[in-house]
Amino acid sequence: MLSLIVFLPLAAAVALAAAPRLSDTVARWTWVAVAALDLGLIAVLWARYHTPPPGELAFAERATWIPGVNSSYHIGVDGFSLPLVAMTAVIYLACAVYALRERHRPRAHAALFLFLQSVSLGLFVAADLILFFVFFDLSIVGMYFVIAGWGHGNRAHSALKFFLYTFLGSLALLVGFIGLYVAATPHTFDMPQLTATPPLQGRPLAGGLVLAAILLGLAVKTPAVPFHTWLPPAHTDAPAVGSAVLAGVLLKMGTYGFVRIAMPMLPQAWRAWAWAVIAVGVVSVIYGALVALAQSNVKRMIAYTSVNHMGYIVLAVGVAGLVAADTAQARGVAVAGAVTQMVSHGLITGALFLLAGVLRDRAGTYDVHDFGGLASPAPAFAALFAVGAFASLGLPAFSGFVAEFQIFTGSIAAAPVTAVAVLGILITAALFLRALQQVFTGDTAGASIGFTDLRAGELWSIGPLLLLSVLIGVLPRPLLDVIEPAAHAVVGLLRR
Amino acid sequence: MRPLLLLPEILLAGGALAALIGGSFVPRQRQWLVRIFTAVVLVATIVAAAIQIHSPATSAFDDSFAVDTATGMARILAASGTLLILAVAADEISGSARESETYALLLFSTAGTVLLAGANDLLALAVGFLLTSIPLYALIGLAHTAVGAEAAMKTYLMGALFGILLLLGVTVLSGLTATTGYAELTNRLTGSPRAAVTVAAVAVITGLMFKAGGVPAHFWVPDAAQAATATAAAFLTTVPKIGALVAIYRLAVVLPPSSSWPVLVAALAVASMTLGNLAAFWQADPRRLLGWSTVSQVGFLLVPIAVAGRSGLALPSLLVYLTGYTVTNVAAFAVSAALPRRRNLADWRGVAAGRPWLAAALLVALLGLVSTPPTAIFVGKLTTATAAWDGGSAWLAVVVFVNTVLSLFYYLRWIAPAYRSRESTPEDREQARLNDEPPRPWSARLAVAAAALSLALGVTAGLLWALVARQ
Repeated sequence: MLSLIVFLPLAAAVALAAAPRLSDTVARWTWVAVAALDLGLIAVLWARYHTPPPGELAFAERATWIPGVNSSYHIGVDGFSLPLVAMTAVIYLACAVYALRERHRPRAHAALFLFLQSVSLGLFVAADLILFFVFFDLSIVGMYFVIAGWGHGNRAHSALKFFLYTFLGSLALLVGFIGLYVAATPHTFDMPQLTATPPLQGRPLAGGLVLAAILLGLAVKTPAVPFHTWLPPAHTDAPAVGSAVLAGVLLKMGTYGFVRIAMPMLPQAWRAWAWAVIAVGVVSVIYGALVALAQSNVKRMIAYTSVNHMGYIVLAVGVAGLVAADTAQARGVAVAGAVTQMVSHGLITGALFLLAGVLRDRAGTYDVHDFGGLASPAPAFAALFAVGAFASLGLPAFSGFVAEFQIFTGSIAAAPVTAVAVLGILITAALFLRALQQVFTGDTAGASIGFTDLRAGELWSIGPLLLLSVLIGVLPRPLLDVIEPAAHAVVGLLRR
Repeated sequence: MRPLLLLPEILLAGGALAALIGGSFVPRQRQWLVRIFTAVVLVATIVAAAIQIHSPATSAFDDSFAVDTATGMARILAASGTLLILAVAADEISGSARESETYALLLFSTAGTVLLAGANDLLALAVGFLLTSIPLYALIGLAHTAVGAEAAMKTYLMGALFGILLLLGVTVLSGLTATTGYAELTNRLTGSPRAAVTVAAVAVITGLMFKAGGVPAHFWVPDAAQAATATAAAFLTTVPKIGALVAIYRLAVVLPPSSSWPVLVAALAVASMTLGNLAAFWQADPRRLLGWSTVSQVGFLLVPIAVAGRSGLALPSLLVYLTGYTVTNVAAFAVSAALPRRRNLADWRGVAAGRPWLAAALLVALLGLVSTPPTAIFVGKLTTATAAWDGGSAWLAVVVFVNTVLSLFYYLRWIAPAYRSRESTPEDREQARLNDEPPRPWSARLAVAAAALSLALGVTAGLLWALVARQ
């Protein structure tokens, strides 16, 4: 079942790529149909999901792959991966609907995104380090072609920078994985085994170095300051759907790695370096927000708010390493908030990037100063953008609030000094309000004149993402019931 | 004696002779008969080797030739590599004046490679070295161009120099121990003066680097890859390496570690990968770029040898990497051979739009050379790096991955234009003419098949591993 979910899009991608006589319309709708079918299968999976016993995975499947180095095709889901799998499928479906108007080589476009969907789903269900790395690396290759093939502006340069930078990160990650393998007895790449008996316990230097390699790899992908410099050009020059997938799904691969690999497999090293992680998180929050404040390009601004939002996650997972008996509950809440933030940021930022794509589609520019009074010619666009902006700054009744509230409750209880990161929320609020005011209010001027409002396809792709964000904000329980057991379990593992 | 153990080598050498003599009696437009014959010989070699690889390890001719998994894999890989390259020859030299001679030379050199791989005796090693080198000079020179002649001359001079170095090392080793067989070498070397053993080890291993095409004997590789025919270029950057690297491995495990061969091999590995990568950065000719890339690949291939005897993964990972490398490198050269007039990276603009399959093969081959998963080289690089770390050289694993990042840049310089759209500008009449040129059919088929094979080998790496890890 799980393998079917992962490889169904890949099979469709191969079929699309190999069938040259297919008309563009058929290709576009095939993508939508496959993405919808995959989401349906995941809904069935979620309905049948019960929290697995500690140290195990639900719907696990296993087959030998490279027996010589004890690497196997091992997949399964738990409270961390299931919400991300579902979020991934939702975002890809939204992109499929949005891309129904794609005019540039739609067949190859659909095939590439279906390939990326398989890769993203595969990463979140992987229970073997090498399998994880395979998908991690392929996501970079896929995104390179999205930016280089369908981007705009200085796309070749941005794509190259993205590829080189994140490839460096992925190989640092692989070095760390090999370190874990060599240190483990018996040697293995299997995640549940490595989690059950963490290697490198009591070897602070080796443990620290392996953790450093893994953290470097994950921090580049997340991205955390100071490894974020590939992100703004990649986002600015990527197509709208590419940005939505990059921010919504691919960035989560980094943060997911923290809770799935770094924390449970290197608990001692993680505790030793918890303050460094917290510092990186706080700097990312403040720096990301401040730089976003200075942008006049809407897409760049959203890109930097991603750095800010990922900073909250890094902060929360760092706080989880400050082990003390009386804060276990609080740290569990922080980790649950971090995972909720991954889902929430995927939905909201995905929607915001698609909305930014509409700006470029209509007016050919992302600059806030080119617009004014856009609310009157495009009320639906204005409404959705306002909803997205408020959701992103963490207003109550949106998923962002649920996530950030938990992160701060947990973090401040465990380490009061982390309260400085609340400044980040304040700055994001200011920058979104300023952008809303600049673009939508006042007299209709500049590029706003003759701006066509959202079309059906755009409405039906962006609307559901924001609706889900509201739904999670109002009724967070079903999601939290899945996440919380895993979050508290990982906090328990960190005590070892 | 048991000559049947050497059936694959007998087939290759006998086939080469038959092709050479038979070719002179076949009219020029019927030379394809010789090609078919060569292919049959190679298939028979592969079959014989595949049957033999399942029997327990043994040796032939008074223990001077080892018949084990490493030899078996080298036989299969060398013969398969040559067999694949025949497809390039089918397009390129079909009906040319020196067709059957080329096939004979290819078979002779393949036989030499296999002899090198199985050599368990210093004299067998020297014979293998010469048998695989001499046909190469002729193969490069067959291009009949000024640059081809220069490349052949360069190769010949390098080959002569490093051949003498190898013979010097062989002489010192046999002088110290009064034997040439590997089996006795380890014991008798323990009491020998350390400086002499070190000099001999450096001489033999450096001499073999000529065949492997690695630093410091690499200067002929980019020139030959650029100037020779695609057939010869694909062959000389792929097949001789198999024999040379297995030979270095065999030699390394019998030399005493006090001769500091691990440091030497590790240093050669780092120098080859780094120099190969840096030199490849700004190459404009795709063949020359591939030539430098093979220098860096030799560096990666030397990594498991540097920890030979210290990690159980060393030999299996070397053989897995060699398998992946053979298939992937042939695929990359086949793509270049399919569109032979595009000898500048800029000429590859828009190939993906007109020739999607060929562009896909290029993508898989080059990303495979970067070791992007799940291609075969990825499994090779993963296991070799793991072997390095396991053998106590974690720093070598880190160097491997730093160099992998470096290598990505120049492979992307080839992939990027191929996937860029063709925007027609007035001065691009030459480009339009290139776009109308149909790809050479057999090379194109080979490129797609080899690229698919490199993917399949990566996905089914467990089967390959089970084969190479047999004791």
